[in-house]
Amino acid sequence: MKADPKRVLSGNHFINGNHSATEGAIAAGCTFAAGYPITPSTEIVERIASRFPRVGGMFVQMEDEIASSICLQGGVWSGRKAMTVTSGPGMSLMMEHVGLAQITETPCVFINVQRAGPSTGLPTKTAQADMMQAKWGSHGDYEAIALSPSSPQECFDYTIDCFNLAEEYRMPVFLMSDEMTGHMTEKVVIPPADEIELVERQFYTGSDKYLPYKREANGIPLMSKAGLGHHYHITGLTHDERGYPVLTKPVQEKMMTGLMKKVGDNVDKLTRYEEFMMEDADIALVSYGISFRMAYKAMEMAREKGIKVGLLRMITCWPFPEKPIRELAQKVKSMIMVELNYGQMFLEMDRFSNKYCETDLCGSSGGEVHEPEEILTKILEAAKK
Amino acid sequence: MEPLNIYASRLVNKQEYFTPGHKACQGCAEALAVRLVAKALGPNTVVASATGCMEVVSSAYPHTSWGVPWIHVAFENAAAVASGVEAGFKALVRKGKIPDQKTTILGMGGDGATADIGFQALSGALERGHDFVYVCYDNEAYMNTGIQRSSSTPYGASTTTSPAGKVKPGQLTWKKNMAAIAVAHEIPYVATACASYPMDLIEKVEKAAAMEGPAYVHILSVCPTGWRIPTKKAIWIGRLAVETGVFPLFEVVNGRYKLSFDQELRPVKEYLKPQGRFRHLTDEMIDTIQKRTNSDFEKLRIKAGAKT
Repeated sequence: MKADPKRVLSGNHFINGNHSATEGAIAAGCTFAAGYPITPSTEIVERIASRFPRVGGMFVQMEDEIASSICLQGGVWSGRKAMTVTSGPGMSLMMEHVGLAQITETPCVFINVQRAGPSTGLPTKTAQADMMQAKWGSHGDYEAIALSPSSPQECFDYTIDCFNLAEEYRMPVFLMSDEMTGHMTEKVVIPPADEIELVERQFYTGSDKYLPYKREANGIPLMSKAGLGHHYHITGLTHDERGYPVLTKPVQEKMMTGLMKKVGDNVDKLTRYEEFMMEDADIALVSYGISFRMAYKAMEMAREKGIKVGLLRMITCWPFPEKPIRELAQKVKSMIMVELNYGQMFLEMDRFSNKYCETDLCGSSGGEVHEPEEILTKILEAAKK
Repeated sequence: MEPLNIYASRLVNKQEYFTPGHKACQGCAEALAVRLVAKALGPNTVVASATGCMEVVSSAYPHTSWGVPWIHVAFENAAAVASGVEAGFKALVRKGKIPDQKTTILGMGGDGATADIGFQALSGALERGHDFVYVCYDNEAYMNTGIQRSSSTPYGASTTTSPAGKVKPGQLTWKKNMAAIAVAHEIPYVATACASYPMDLIEKVEKAAAMEGPAYVHILSVCPTGWRIPTKKAIWIGRLAVETGVFPLFEVVNGRYKLSFDQELRPVKEYLKPQGRFRHLTDEMIDTIQKRTNSDFEKLRIKAGAKT
C-alpha cells in the first residue's frame, strides 16, 4: 500500500533528525503515540503534538515512561499504528513492556534517541550505549529488530522501515537513533506519497473462531482489533494459540520457538548493510549510526596514506549481520568496530570474526563522537601488525 | 497572614543555604522559593532532589549552590530517597553514631517529579509516615526539558506538547490537586504557598519541619520562561494567582483546613491576560476558568469552615 498524501510533507526540508523521524512516523501511518518528555528525544513528541491534530492521530503525554510504553500497546490493539519515543533512563523504565510487546506480539515502534549513561549520565550528549539493551534489556529470551540511522534523512526513511517491519513481523521494532543524529539539521528529502511503500496490518477475516497466536505459513499470526467482534485473550503469561495462559513446558517451548523463529528464519531478509571501498581492503572498519560517518572520514584519511581500508556500515544492528561479518572476516587481515560505547556490538562482531582475523575496538565513553584521527590511529596500529 | 510590611525582612534568617550564582533563568520564582525554603529549614537539613530545573541549575560542578547536604538520584524517586535518608538517619541516631539533634529531611521536586513520575514514590513515603518534609515547586510544566505539559499544567495553557492551534486550544485537562491528594494520606501537615508571599511561605515550611511525620508543601513557582511573561513580573503574577483564587493559599493541620488568604477575589482575567501561555484564550474559555475557580474556592472555603 502507498502512503496517504495528506500525511506526507513531500519536498525538500532542512530539519533535524528528531523532526525528520516524526515525519517518517506520520508518513508511515502512525496515528497513535504515547510519550513522556526526555532529553534528547523531546522534539519528537513536541512535533507529534503539533502535527497530529492537523493530520489525524492522537498523542497522549503519559505520567512516565512505564505508562507510555503500555499505553501505546493499547493503541495498537485498538487497530492503530503506534509508537513511543524516549532516551536512556526512559528506555530502562520501558523495559518491562518491551518484553510484554514481545510475548503478546504487538507491532509497535520504540524510538530511542540515545544519550550517554548509565543512569542520568549526559542528557544532552550522544552515545550508542543502549545497543545491547535493545536486544537483552527485558527479561527472558526474544529476538529484536533494530535499525540505526546516521542522518536526518535516514531518520525519516528508517522510521518508515521500522513501522513496516513491526507490521510484517508483528513485534516491537527499535529505531536506535542518538543525540547527535537527532539534533543535527540537514537536508531531508521527503518523497511523494506514492513512492512510499507501507506494510499494512493483516487482520483475521475468517469465519471460524479467531486464534490470536495461530501462526500462518510465514510464521506470523494474524491480528485482530477492538470492534472486529472477535473474542480473544491477550496476556503476558505463556499462552497457547487461543491466547489463554497455559503454564507448562510444552506450551512455553512452542510459543518461544515461534517467537524466535519468526526473526531467526528471516535473518538474511532482514539484514541490511552497506560496504565502501572493500574490494581491495586489508583492514575493515565496521560501524553503524552516527559513528559510521566518522569512520568513513577516517577511511578516506587512511586511503590517502595508501592504507587499504574499507568500511562495513550496519543498518540493522539486530538481528546482527552475522553472515556478511563472517564473510568479511575471511577476506581481511583486521577488523575494527567503531562505536560510541565500550564495545557492545564489538562483542557480536568479535565472536563471528576472531577465528579468521584480528579484531579491535575503537570505542568511546560517549559524550562526543569520535575524532576521525582517533580512528585513524587504530587503523595505523592495525596496519603495522 | 500577618501585615508585617517592611519589618518582614528583619525576621528572616540572613544566612543563605541556597546561594547565588546558580544557573536559573532571570526572574525564576522557583529559585526564590527554594532559597526561602532553605532559609526556613536552616543548616540541619538534608535535601533529596528530583531531576528538574532546580537540580540542573544548582548542582553542576563546580558551581553548587547548596550549603547543606544534597542528594540527587533520578527523576521518579525524590520521596523514596528522602525515605531512605530519614530511615538511615534514625538508625544512626539510635546506634549513637551521630548526635540526636533536630534534622529536617527535605524531599523536593517539580510538578512533573511530584504529580507525574514521582507520584507513586511520594504516596508510598507519605503512607509509611516518614518524618520528612516534601516540597513541590510547581511551575506548571516540564520546564527543564522545554515546557511540556504535566498533570499540573492548568486548563488552557499552551505548552510544547499541548500547543494551542486551530484544532486544539492548548491543555484540555484541569490541574491535578496535589494538596488534596496529600491531605487524603491523612498526614499531619499540608500547605500551599507562593514565593510572592515570602513570610507566609517561610512560616509554613517551619511548621512543616516542626511536625512529627510527613508534611507536604505545594509551592506555586512562577516561571517567566515557560509562562511567557517579562522576567520582572514573576512576583506580580504570583500575587495575582493568589488574589484571583487560581492558586489559593491554605494549610491543613491534622485534617483541619485554614485559608491563609480569604479576601474578595479579583477576576481571573487579570491573571490570565498578561501571560503568553494563555494569550489564545477566548472569552468563553476565560469564563469557564472563572466559573471553575469560583466553585473550587467556594469548596475550599466550606472545608475551612465558612458558612454556606
